[in-house]
Amino acid sequence: MYVSVKGGERAIAAAHKLLAEERRGDPEVPELTLPQIEQQLSLAVTRVMSEGALYDPELAALAIKQARGDLVEAIFLLRAYRTTLPRFATSLPIDTGRMDVRRRVSATFKDIPGGQVLGPTFDYTHRLLDFDLAEPKPVAAPDAEESEPQAAQPMPSVAAILGQEGLLEPEEPGDESAPLTDLTREPLSFPAGREARLQALARGDEGFLLSLGYSTQRGYGRNHPFAGEIRMGDVTVEIQPEELPFPIGIGEIEVTECQMVNSFKGSKTKPPQFTRGYGLTFGHGERKAMSMALVDRALRCRELGEEPSSPAQDEEFVLYHCDSLEASGFVQHLKLPHYVDFQSELVMVREMRERAAAARKAEAAE
Amino acid sequence: MDGAVGLGSSEMDLPPEQAARRRWMSVLARASAAELETAVGAVRGALGGLPLYRLIRRPEVGMTMVRARAGGTGQPFNLGEMTITRCALRTEGGQVGTAYVAGRSMRQAELAALIDALLQDPARQPQLLALVVDPLAQAQDLRRRRRIARSAPTRVDFFTVVRGEDRT
Repeated sequence: MYVSVKGGERAIAAAHKLLAEERRGDPEVPELTLPQIEQQLSLAVTRVMSEGALYDPELAALAIKQARGDLVEAIFLLRAYRTTLPRFATSLPIDTGRMDVRRRVSATFKDIPGGQVLGPTFDYTHRLLDFDLAEPKPVAAPDAEESEPQAAQPMPSVAAILGQEGLLEPEEPGDESAPLTDLTREPLSFPAGREARLQALARGDEGFLLSLGYSTQRGYGRNHPFAGEIRMGDVTVEIQPEELPFPIGIGEIEVTECQMVNSFKGSKTKPPQFTRGYGLTFGHGERKAMSMALVDRALRCRELGEEPSSPAQDEEFVLYHCDSLEASGFVQHLKLPHYVDFQSELVMVREMRERAAAARKAEAAE
Repeated sequence: MDGAVGLGSSEMDLPPEQAARRRWMSVLARASAAELETAVGAVRGALGGLPLYRLIRRPEVGMTMVRARAGGTGQPFNLGEMTITRCALRTEGGQVGTAYVAGRSMRQAELAALIDALLQDPARQPQLLALVVDPLAQAQDLRRRRRIARSAPTRVDFFTVVRGEDRT
């Protein structure tokens, strides 16, 4: 039981003032602006939007600034802010097949319709510190070739190509009218449906999912993954306002999608074929999307007739522990005063020691 | 092409007037507040003034849940929310304009709703489509194609190399 304490208001106010000064740092150094964070720390913005489960780059940049770059704290701030907003609508499912693709690679097929486009990637960089970045530099004008506008090329998903031969399990829409779990409005319940799992993983902590995904590769619930396709770009979001007889586009969001393809020996009901894990994040979040896809596939073990034996396959373990807000809150609450709790523990330990000493004495006397 | 004006998935069989409004609302939603200010300035000039209007629903910031599909094509799930702003107004001529736009710009929502109302007057519609909506749609399409074009030089052809010991 946690018993609250009172007092310390003045110290708390002073601590907050000190925090504000530390956040600002040396006043001789120019203050960060939100556009700077949004533009130049865009992958931090991506992570905060994804795990904060709210797409708004400017708000995410503000959260990062306020949190002094502590992304888990920034995610907390964004989650707290969203509780102040009403929900006007639920979008139609976004169509990632019609994405304006700026990066798209497949590790399973080298020749895919629409081609492979590396886009802005850290892959194939040497990971040597670039000291040219240490000082601000004027921006070079873009190449003529680069600025020439291009028509979007159709890029059918790699899953669709494999699916044509029946080698890959299909992903069918199912019953569109069935109610959908929404973890912002209802708690997790088990067994969780795939839609609840995917929502939890989409909001889940990248580090936790990365390690779990990695554990499946090292043998804890092995499922032989291939990165069938990773694509990043912009998709249109459409909503159906209640006062209009048709859906309208409200804008675009950047997303990253990972289609993991996993080999599968077949079961009593399914022929041998490739199975799938799916990852999707707001913004450019490739490591997160891949980790999510690995864990999604691991959590599908029961429906595919695999015996769950590893942490990544344990639905309750994964879903109850993947949220950074809950995990950080519960770990960090240990810092708060527990004086009354601890007093009772202290009394108990003293009594136990006395009893043990008495018992030893009695034994020695016998 | 549908996608060029900000309509996503659904090709729909709509009566022509609804299809037209769906298109222009989607174009207006993608325009920035600054672009819409410029557009409204042009409309004022062309019509010799703007009609008075009354807000039915003042600009309000909220969210929409963004849904996606497992595997891209499968069962829907809730990915996360995004901020949106809505506004509704009625002009003195009786047209009701509505806007839902991504983000938190109240000005953008109000101007988009105003232009939506003006466009519903059949007498002005062709003129305003040509003056406001078509140029915005073209600018958006160009921006979109420029963005894609920046990735074009990173297109790659991987080839597999037969290893020595495998060669016959």
